[in-house]
Amino acid sequence: MKHLRTGGVLLFLAVLCAFPFVFPNPAVMTMAVFTLLFAGAATGWNLFSGYTGYISLGYATFYGIGAYALALMCKYWHIPGGYLPFALLPLAGLIASLFAIPLGVIALRVRRQTFVVVTIAMMFTFQLLAFNLPGITNGSSGLLLPFVPWSADFFTLPFYYAALVILLLSIGVSWWIRHSKFGLGLLAIRDDEDRALGLGVKTGAYKLTAFVIAAFFGGMVGGMVVYLTGAIAPAVAFDPVLDVAVALMSFMGGAGTLVGPIIGAFLMEPLQQYVTLQAGSIGVGLDLLIFGAVLLIVILFLPEGIAPSLRRLWLKRQAARVTDAPISKPEAREEALLLESSQGGKG
Amino acid sequence: MLSINWILILEATVLGVLTGSVYALMSSGLTLVFGVMEIVNVAQGIMVILGAYLSYVLSHYLHIDIFLGLLLTMPVMFLLGVGIEWTFVRRIKKDRVMLSILAMYAVALVIEGGLDLIFNASFASLQTSYIDASFQIGDWHLPYIYVFTFLLSLFLLALLYFLVYRTKFGDSLRASMQNRTAASLIGIDVEKVQAITFGIGVALAAAGGLAYGGTNAFNAASSYDLISRLLVIIVLGGMGSLRGAFVASIAMLIISDVTAVVWSPVWSSTVFNVLLVVLLLFRPQGLFGRLEGRKQ
Repeated sequence: MKHLRTGGVLLFLAVLCAFPFVFPNPAVMTMAVFTLLFAGAATGWNLFSGYTGYISLGYATFYGIGAYALALMCKYWHIPGGYLPFALLPLAGLIASLFAIPLGVIALRVRRQTFVVVTIAMMFTFQLLAFNLPGITNGSSGLLLPFVPWSADFFTLPFYYAALVILLLSIGVSWWIRHSKFGLGLLAIRDDEDRALGLGVKTGAYKLTAFVIAAFFGGMVGGMVVYLTGAIAPAVAFDPVLDVAVALMSFMGGAGTLVGPIIGAFLMEPLQQYVTLQAGSIGVGLDLLIFGAVLLIVILFLPEGIAPSLRRLWLKRQAARVTDAPISKPEAREEALLLESSQGGKG
Repeated sequence: MLSINWILILEATVLGVLTGSVYALMSSGLTLVFGVMEIVNVAQGIMVILGAYLSYVLSHYLHIDIFLGLLLTMPVMFLLGVGIEWTFVRRIKKDRVMLSILAMYAVALVIEGGLDLIFNASFASLQTSYIDASFQIGDWHLPYIYVFTFLLSLFLLALLYFLVYRTKFGDSLRASMQNRTAASLIGIDVEKVQAITFGIGVALAAAGGLAYGGTNAFNAASSYDLISRLLVIIVLGGMGSLRGAFVASIAMLIISDVTAVVWSPVWSSTVFNVLLVVLLLFRPQGLFGRLEGRKQ
């Protein structure tokens, strides 16, 4: 089991590293870059919302703040296009995290259902601010980013590897949280917040910390996307569709699991990119329609997500094998016992 | 100079009350649904726009008066609401509250996409003989449509209060609001109450759509501005409180209209959102909301 997992991770890494050389087509590469970025964003969203169960539909706030932060840094520090803006991405993420501290303090004062609403309102407030503060954001006409000097066939390569680094970083942090005492606290908050508080989990501090860490990845991804697209405007930076997109990806793959958001993003983002490309020739609105329909199907038929459903199926098969040959597979029996106890616990 | 400002502020206040009543209508549907099922119907914004488009189709193609057309659009939207509750909300068993918000967002996206496909995302507005007509108070021209929609909203709100506080169904509804389990134990069909409540919420959006479409040019994307305002209103009023939704709507529209004349129209929504932040710091449950009760 352990060897299988290590092998799987290495294979996953190898495929991702080799991908640009197998599919050098710029259109495919652009799609791949966006997929990696959204996988990173969904993993970041999952760090807070998936683990604590506090669904945030305002993740675009941090995406937008990171995007504007990078655009403004490039503008005022006269950063030329090239590799330098990549180095500023962590700073853009940090700025988003800084904003997340007061926003989190305010938004986390309310109960779960209201929290969703407050995060939506928060995102729209920032969109309004971006429109209304032309001195900083240049209003609705937006800002331009430095020109990227690379040729068309090389263009996406640096973006691809930078996006891969962001994704791996977010997975690393997510893995670490999931396997730490901090992560256990977050999961306890999801299951029963009052009881977690009673058992001595500092729920307030835990939630805020996770919220701030999640914002960091939103900011980095936002900065990266504007550098790739070359321009920024309020409606693109603070986009309500992005709020739902990251939530949908996480739910599709399995919110609160490590691999869930990645699976969701790898399935959803190429589909969305493709539909958006095609929608131009068919009609506006088709992309939204398909996106919404997929979301409904996922919620109705796969409420747990793909990863937990697959895992359950696998454990069931293992359990069946254990009853056939109980002695030869001690590991499998352990899994089966785990399954039994978790089922017993649920009943 | 100062005296002119005061007149402007007075005018803005009157306008705020008139349009605030329309927002009270739209947010009542939202807060009622939340009170009964703990579900935030984030599709309410697009429902309002859908109602506006229905009125547009009726008046533009079939030449039915928009107010008369409500007799048709409101029942249709009621059935749509019941249908959505039955198809999507009721099927969600695990993590109902959170997943249903996502489901409603998905419904909103589907409707928005559909409206964009049909109406091509260009702005539409309702046209009738009395929409551009206005009457004069002193130097101030007030369009008739504001008064008509104000009266319509007051009438429907009165009907809603009567339904909620003076009828047998209202008793069941308020019982389901207070304690779902206990309500079903004393023989209330909570699922039926939920479906009807959802239908009522969406039907109110149809009337709100008429009022919104009568006073604004709209397209499907207008729903985002609407829903963000409506959500702020119900959080501010206290989620689940009809009285809160009413007070917060009127207050919000007065504040934003006054801000628009004293400062600048672009800041009108922002000022209100800042108020929301301040309120949440001192009173997280909203003006008239209840603190989270014992878990059932």
